[in-house]
Amino acid sequence: MSETETLKAELIERIEAAETEAALEEIRIAELGKKGRISDLLKGLGKMSPDERREAGPRLNGLRDAVQTAISARREALANAAIEARLKAETVDVTLPVRSSPASRGRIHPISQVIDEITAIFADMGFSIAEGPDIETDYYNFTALNFPEGHPAREMHDTFFLQPDAKGERKVLRTHTSPVQIRTMESQTPPIRIVIPGKTYRQDSDATHSPMFHQVEGLVVDKTANIAHMKWVLSEFCRAFFEVDSVTMRFRPSFFPFTEPSMEVDIQCDRSKPGEVRFGEGTDWMEILGCGMVHPNVLRAGGLDPDVYQGFAWGMGIDRIAMLKYGMPDLRAFFDADIRWVEHYGFRPLDVPTLFGGLSQ
Amino acid sequence: MKFTLSWLKDHLETDASLEEIVERLTSIGLEVESVDDRTVFAPFRIAKVLSAERHPDADKLQVLSVDAGPEVNGGKPLQVVCGAPNARAGMIGVLGQPGDYVPGLDTTLGVGKIRGVESFGMMCSERELELSDAHEGIIDLPADAPVGERFADYADLIDPVIEINLTPNHPEATGVAGIAFDLAASGLGKVKTPAIDRIEGKGPCPVAVRVESPVCLGFGLRLVSGVSNGPSPDWMQKRLKAIGLRPINALVDITNYVTFDRGRPLHVFDADKVSGSLVVRQGKDGEEILGLDGRVHALSDAICVIADDKGVESIGGIMGGEVSGCDETTTNVLIESALWDALSIAKAGRSLGIVTDARYRFERGVDPASLEPGLDIATRMVLDLCGGEPSERILEAVKPIERKVVEFPYSEVKRLTSLEVEKERQLDLLRALGFEAVDQGGHASVTVPSWRPDVDGKADLVEEVMRLSGVDTIEPQPLPTMGAVNGRILTTPQIRDRAARRALAARGMAEAVTYTFIPHEHAAAFGGGGDNLRLENPIAADMSDMRPSLIPGLVSALARNAARGYGDVAMFEVAAIYQGDGPEDQKRVAGGVRRGTAGLEGPGRNWSGNAQPVGVFDAKADAIAALEAAGAPVDRLMIETPASEWYHPGRSGRIKLGPKVVLAEFGELHPKILKALDASGPHAAFEVFLDAIPEPKRKATRTKPVLAISPFQPLRRDFAFVVEDGIEALKLIRAAEGADKKLVKEVRVFDVFAGGALGEGRKSVALEVLLAPSERTLTEEDLEAVSAKVVAAVEKATGGTLRS
Repeated sequence: MSETETLKAELIERIEAAETEAALEEIRIAELGKKGRISDLLKGLGKMSPDERREAGPRLNGLRDAVQTAISARREALANAAIEARLKAETVDVTLPVRSSPASRGRIHPISQVIDEITAIFADMGFSIAEGPDIETDYYNFTALNFPEGHPAREMHDTFFLQPDAKGERKVLRTHTSPVQIRTMESQTPPIRIVIPGKTYRQDSDATHSPMFHQVEGLVVDKTANIAHMKWVLSEFCRAFFEVDSVTMRFRPSFFPFTEPSMEVDIQCDRSKPGEVRFGEGTDWMEILGCGMVHPNVLRAGGLDPDVYQGFAWGMGIDRIAMLKYGMPDLRAFFDADIRWVEHYGFRPLDVPTLFGGLSQ
Repeated sequence: MKFTLSWLKDHLETDASLEEIVERLTSIGLEVESVDDRTVFAPFRIAKVLSAERHPDADKLQVLSVDAGPEVNGGKPLQVVCGAPNARAGMIGVLGQPGDYVPGLDTTLGVGKIRGVESFGMMCSERELELSDAHEGIIDLPADAPVGERFADYADLIDPVIEINLTPNHPEATGVAGIAFDLAASGLGKVKTPAIDRIEGKGPCPVAVRVESPVCLGFGLRLVSGVSNGPSPDWMQKRLKAIGLRPINALVDITNYVTFDRGRPLHVFDADKVSGSLVVRQGKDGEEILGLDGRVHALSDAICVIADDKGVESIGGIMGGEVSGCDETTTNVLIESALWDALSIAKAGRSLGIVTDARYRFERGVDPASLEPGLDIATRMVLDLCGGEPSERILEAVKPIERKVVEFPYSEVKRLTSLEVEKERQLDLLRALGFEAVDQGGHASVTVPSWRPDVDGKADLVEEVMRLSGVDTIEPQPLPTMGAVNGRILTTPQIRDRAARRALAARGMAEAVTYTFIPHEHAAAFGGGGDNLRLENPIAADMSDMRPSLIPGLVSALARNAARGYGDVAMFEVAAIYQGDGPEDQKRVAGGVRRGTAGLEGPGRNWSGNAQPVGVFDAKADAIAALEAAGAPVDRLMIETPASEWYHPGRSGRIKLGPKVVLAEFGELHPKILKALDASGPHAAFEVFLDAIPEPKRKATRTKPVLAISPFQPLRRDFAFVVEDGIEALKLIRAAEGADKKLVKEVRVFDVFAGGALGEGRKSVALEVLLAPSERTLTEEDLEAVSAKVVAAVEKATGGTLRS
């Protein structure tokens, strides 16, 4: 083996054995640096005869290239090893749990969600949302709605009264959302299409009654609205709200002071599975709402001529239809704010009900 | 209103099945609440006790061998263990077998082993079959009772009971006869109610009547002398029991029977217990009466009574008195058939708190034309069941019957219901219901029958035509569209409610809906509790006052959760508070409370860092988030300290817009308030007053302002100021922001510390100021100049100095 070959073998061995970037650099400077050993050998080429140079040139250049290549390769290997080592050192247990996002923890109460569902449906039919105070006068809650003073129909409402004022008059907690019918007729000229969601109060408490509950009332007043329209509005609402292809409804004559004729409405359903109600199938009937043509006296109280204007109204329990749709067994739990209940029956904040995206997921 | 099928068929000739009748009742507005078909009695058999031996192991028990005919146990006797003292060999009783449901025990029989002896059924008492309260022994039937037959057939028990949920507009249906009349009008059979014969009587009624009260609209009275009172006949008792009434004696049962049969309440006095004449007058304060319900009722001048020389004997139209009531010893009976003003009866009944079958009918309106026939039908039944001799009748203060006439355009039915009903058909339907309808061309003059006081206008007649035509025949029609795509439906307040609600839920809080009435002490602690917001009749003592704030209800809710083991919970509510009893005093509020460690990032411990107890800044962030969602101009907010007195005075604030408008309050709750609310632990609360947010101006265009993006690099510079402890950070921020409005884009507080080398009463506040040039890259000189402006502005505003 020639001297050059020996040197090459020795250098490559040293390069491959270099453990650090610094050691490698040391070799590079010692061999290929300005005053390096191989650089010196290459410098010697100039002093050689052409024949010697023809032989020594390729040999020494070959040596230099080989050493350079070996250093580069080793450098890359060292860099890769360093990255490997860093990555290894940085490894964590990715199965450790992260905190849930606030938006996934938060909940919308079923009553709010159902009001939004109702709003989406009736907005599509051209209704707007009207509201009124919880504390009402006797006039708006009863008299204007054709409950004469002392009439037994007043007793059907177990009314909460506030303390009488200096004049001996007692305000009431509204027993229904109907006072807003009068307030709307007083302030708006027909055509009127409103729905009125809100809190209502009666002195009653058991699994299906709560002293505070929620109703949604509807009112249509114009010059042509009749029971056929009312049936359509209510059946379209029920179909859309319960998210079924069709519903069968039964309208029964009934009595409310503020409508004439008055009807109660049952919806056909299947209640054979405990805790579950399916609409659009089955053979059971479930009462779901009351409705009727606005009583002439109520139109008059709202300042409208009942021979010119006519209309219909209906009312139903928001909590009740929420229970029917989503299966909560006990109304009182709605107002207990048990976090387990709200988390279970509540809705995620970003699930806003729309008709284009479906009311519920 | 309850009745039995056989009772109905006394008045209605029909082939319709029970199901058809029930369905028709509901469809004409007499909603059937329940039908008890009484088949519960079907399995019980008449059985003969063949032998009765002493139980080997119990003194009071016997082991019977019972024969219940060829259909039971293959005709072989059954062994039954029985504890009844009257059980004996040879008697005939009623057997329940394993698998039979016993209504009085609410249990289904099985094969039992009683003290080691097997029992294959049970001999029943009357109470066990709900026939009466008798339970001294088992049913002891006459010797000729057919062994092996169904007991229900023998005792005629299978008479379905129908209960209708009567609405106030059908006074005619408070009697079985009226229900039959309505059913016949709807085409389901023919009325066959027996006519009532006039009974003249002999000799004058010896008791005079004077009517002084305007509540009495007529008073009829007659004496029947020489009656013999005792139990009413079986058929009557059976019907009364079936509808839940307790048979008393024949005279009393007759009044109850006529009440349900004809919707005509009556009263009977024992004539020998009445002294002098009867006066119908208003009661007097201090008067009282022992009622037939066994209770003493205090009377007043708002209550009409019937009195004799001794005092009040009866409450008019509501309830008779015990003293002059009829019992088995009664031999002379006064029968009263009167008419009372409906509203007065309703008021009196309500103030007395008495619910009776008479009141139920009078306050709905009893047919005024039934006064005289009512007297006669009762007299006839007394004569038939108790014998005796009737006197002539007394009729006092009987008013002539006024009948309303309604002008009824035939077009009204179509106008309100869309139903096309021929004129002749409309007339037929109304006439079938007892209306006298005279065709006048385009309309009819309709005279309302005396028994329908509820009808007084066109719409009522539409209802009559509609309910008999069938509501189901009305075909739904789409509501005409408004002819345009809807604009915005919700009002600004409605949008704010919804936005605040979803924003708070998106911050990890759960929405609660709590009662708007809270305990008085809680309301008072939050600035409420005034008399005008206190309920006169709360459902519970701690649900008495309309809330002045959402916080007490939420804190209580969190305390309940904590008591259940969930202490780190964040809840909010978007709802009303009540500052007064007027509509304008009801305010919309978004309020929330975080408890324990339920901060934005979630409660409890985590390997990456444990959640800290909630504090004032959690509440502040929530309040600002809700305000921003609701559209408040959050960049212009001012903060004032402290908030209302229920907050921690040093850890709370009030968010204002200008000097007057309070948008929100936030903070940790005052420890005294937490104690008053029975709560403990860290609570961070806020309330955002949504109504206080100014309505945004309607902009003429939806176009957003032009975006000018600067090509020049922004720079950040830090400044630390030493200020007095009391200087608020917001003051420094506002000063720095105002130092050069063109260049200063953002100011952050990145460090605050107090004490140490700064000395007592001073603190250091470090600001990072973002400078964003829009015209050219900032030079060193520019930077020097703007920094000097910031320092000068902050120093001037706060009296502080730049820390060197």
